Amino acid sequence: MFRGIIDLKSLWPIGAIFIILLILPPILPRFYTYILALIFVTSLLAMSLNLVLGHGMIFQFHHGVFYGVGAYTVALMLSKTSLPMWVGFVAGPIAAAVVGLLIGWFCVRLTRLYFGMLQISLGSLIWAIVFRWYSFTGGDDGIHGIPMPPFISSLNSAYYFILIVLVICMIVLYLILKSPFGSTLEAIRDNPQRCEAVGVNVRRHQLKAIVIATFFAGIAGVLFVVLERSVFPDLLFWVLSLEIFIMCLLGGWFTFAGPILGAAIMVALRTFVGIFTEYWTLILGVILILLIFFLPEGVMGYVLEILKPQAREVAERRGE
Amino acid sequence: MLQVNAVDKSFGDFMAVCQANLSVGNGELVAVIGPNGAGKTTLFNLITGQLWPDRGKIIFKGEDISGLLPYQICKRGIARSFQIVNIFPRLTVFGNIQVAVLSQQRRSSTLFAPAQNLAMEETNSILESVGLLDKAANIAGSLSHGDQKILEIAIALGNEPDLLILDEPTAGMSPEETAATLKLIKNLASTQGLTILFCEHDMDVVFSIAQSIMVMHQGRTLIQGKPEEVREHREVQEAYLGGE
Amino acid sequence: MEIGLDALASQLVVGLSRSMILFIVCAGLSFVLGVLRVPNVAHGSLYMIGAFSAYGIAMRLFGGSSAGFWLALILAPLVVALVSLIAERVLFCHLYEREHLMLLLFTFALMLIFGDLVKIIWGADYRSISAPAFLRGSVSIFGAPIPRYNLFLLIIGPLVAIGLWLFTNKTKMGKISRAAAVDREMVGVIGINVSWVFAGAFVIGCCLAGLGGALVAPTVSITLGMDHTIIIEAFLIVTIGGLGNMWGALVGSLIFGVTHSFGVLIWPQFAIVFPYTAVVIVLLLRPRGLLKSVW
Repeated sequence: MFRGIIDLKSLWPIGAIFIILLILPPILPRFYTYILALIFVTSLLAMSLNLVLGHGMIFQFHHGVFYGVGAYTVALMLSKTSLPMWVGFVAGPIAAAVVGLLIGWFCVRLTRLYFGMLQISLGSLIWAIVFRWYSFTGGDDGIHGIPMPPFISSLNSAYYFILIVLVICMIVLYLILKSPFGSTLEAIRDNPQRCEAVGVNVRRHQLKAIVIATFFAGIAGVLFVVLERSVFPDLLFWVLSLEIFIMCLLGGWFTFAGPILGAAIMVALRTFVGIFTEYWTLILGVILILLIFFLPEGVMGYVLEILKPQAREVAERRGE
Repeated sequence: MLQVNAVDKSFGDFMAVCQANLSVGNGELVAVIGPNGAGKTTLFNLITGQLWPDRGKIIFKGEDISGLLPYQICKRGIARSFQIVNIFPRLTVFGNIQVAVLSQQRRSSTLFAPAQNLAMEETNSILESVGLLDKAANIAGSLSHGDQKILEIAIALGNEPDLLILDEPTAGMSPEETAATLKLIKNLASTQGLTILFCEHDMDVVFSIAQSIMVMHQGRTLIQGKPEEVREHREVQEAYLGGE
Repeated sequence: MEIGLDALASQLVVGLSRSMILFIVCAGLSFVLGVLRVPNVAHGSLYMIGAFSAYGIAMRLFGGSSAGFWLALILAPLVVALVSLIAERVLFCHLYEREHLMLLLFTFALMLIFGDLVKIIWGADYRSISAPAFLRGSVSIFGAPIPRYNLFLLIIGPLVAIGLWLFTNKTKMGKISRAAAVDREMVGVIGINVSWVFAGAFVIGCCLAGLGGALVAPTVSITLGMDHTIIIEAFLIVTIGGLGNMWGALVGSLIFGVTHSFGVLIWPQFAIVFPYTAVVIVLLLRPRGLLKSVW
């Protein structure tokens, strides 16, 4: 199954990084462990979006909704029901995927901008309901102090759990992208009309991709709750969705690992710039503008262009 | 194999295709000719489902396909290449053809097998038959224009079609490339027994290989017949060949 | 549940006047969208700058006097116009040839920057300004208490609409803008400097946002989250009205404002859900909007 798709040479640095990440928690202060775990969760979220955004050119403008649905589902099940905890963990991604299927089914019939707008309106509706339903969802306070199974209740154990889930999800996402499903999705991105002409049911394929992406967003939501033990309506607010979007663009949306880089940069910036100044959004805005003017393919895209002459030639031919 | 009966298509007030008729028999090599704006590409779009006829029928292998979506028509055995190069620029040449092959094998949605190991035989044989095997790993967007037009045809071949429709396959090509493409089309028709329908501006190309020619003018079918008949036909001479 | 006629009437007026504010803001967004083909995410920030500027001018400069309010109403939109002109000429105009996604991203960056600029200049506290003397309080119409300021808004709204209509249909600049919306290349070909047309359209659109912010200032608390809430409502309204269509913005705003009032009357806790639901219904039935879009 793996033959030929994993470049053995690049496995060494990846393996080395993984081992380093494994041994860090006992060494690092709690705060840094927390930040790393947050980066892991955000990376998974960004990668789930990029499955449809960068690899499918589907304008999933409100991806945060599915993240929030996953998080709220597990939060509600763990804090309000006495069902076994693993049920909540499984219900989160499934709920997110179901919502993804529903919303996606309506949106996929429309072209790009209208797809995005319908999704924003449906997502905002869900946000508004969660935001106001104080008795059930905690309204704008959210839900706090969510109980966790003992084996992941400490910060370090939560860190390991999140890291392992992230690695598994990354492997699965990589396999999906390298499969015929993934190559057809990228073909649809490049030329949906041609795909129709070669017999691909473009809408159904896109809907499948959306369901997969929202499933992984739901997993990210569950991981968020594992780390933070709370949920808030901000997870469903459009600003977060736009931030995930930017993480993908920032890191390089046509690459596999770009979103991870983007997520890491955003979280690190927000945390460390935020220590020095309360105006970190101003700095982010300026960085974004610099990016737009000088690095339109994102950080990783730029790096790859330098390393791979063919990619550069294609970019030049497209006049960038 | 393909019957177009009295098909109309208008865009607002403009009648692009009017009472057009076309007949393509099994294994035939048919050309559609006509001046710019005569409605050839619109007719092709109607056959392959990008557009739907206002009136009239399109019958393929006995079935009425007017009103079907493009992917449904493709699955019934019609594949086409486009006049303006319509490939997947970011994928490799191999990847471009593989998309069509995978679709043909109904494996577009297979999730857990690496794509690059699948459909290798079929894709490589197509690459070989069009002469692009040595460029298989190149990114499609970096090919020359002539090679991209050949890739256009190759993608259509990936669908193992019963009917191959080529929209101006030699447009923009140099004389050497045109000759090579001609040879390829003749080859496909004779050795693989493909039924081919194409449209062209280059009259030398058309008259040298077509077995049946349909002439369009202002959206109408003037005549369809063997090359000699068409050449002698008075209306065609006036309207199109005019002054030859 | 008994809803008295006077409660109904007064909520209706409040809803309609809120629609007027939304309309002014959305007309600006729609205008920019129509001419530049760019959804301006920073439009809400300019609305917020308008509100804060009105506060600064009316309260700080003129000590809360009535004259101060009227001056603020004139000057605040001008402040916003200046800010948008600088942003456009220095940065935005270099990006017009780029992909739409990049332009959208740029306006998002502007939103982030403006948001913090407001925080730097005015701080994070809630602000408020009061309406001028003769617009305070309410009048009694058929026994229902109707706030005077809301009636004022009900007059201003249509005035702005008429003014905009006159501008786009009767003035040279307005007609050029409409032409550029439909075919920018052609406009350039006949010798008009398209770049300045875009600058003008952008500034006018943002000016309207600032006007909306200044007008809404006496009726709400002026806070830092204003940009986030208004922009999402504005986008949804513009989409259901038809992209780039001013009358569409009016229709969308009316739907939004009235359904919100309806929600306040029937189910106050979930009032905000009503307009969002209405938007979803419209988009499911008519995904391209109710009226024709300019594109």
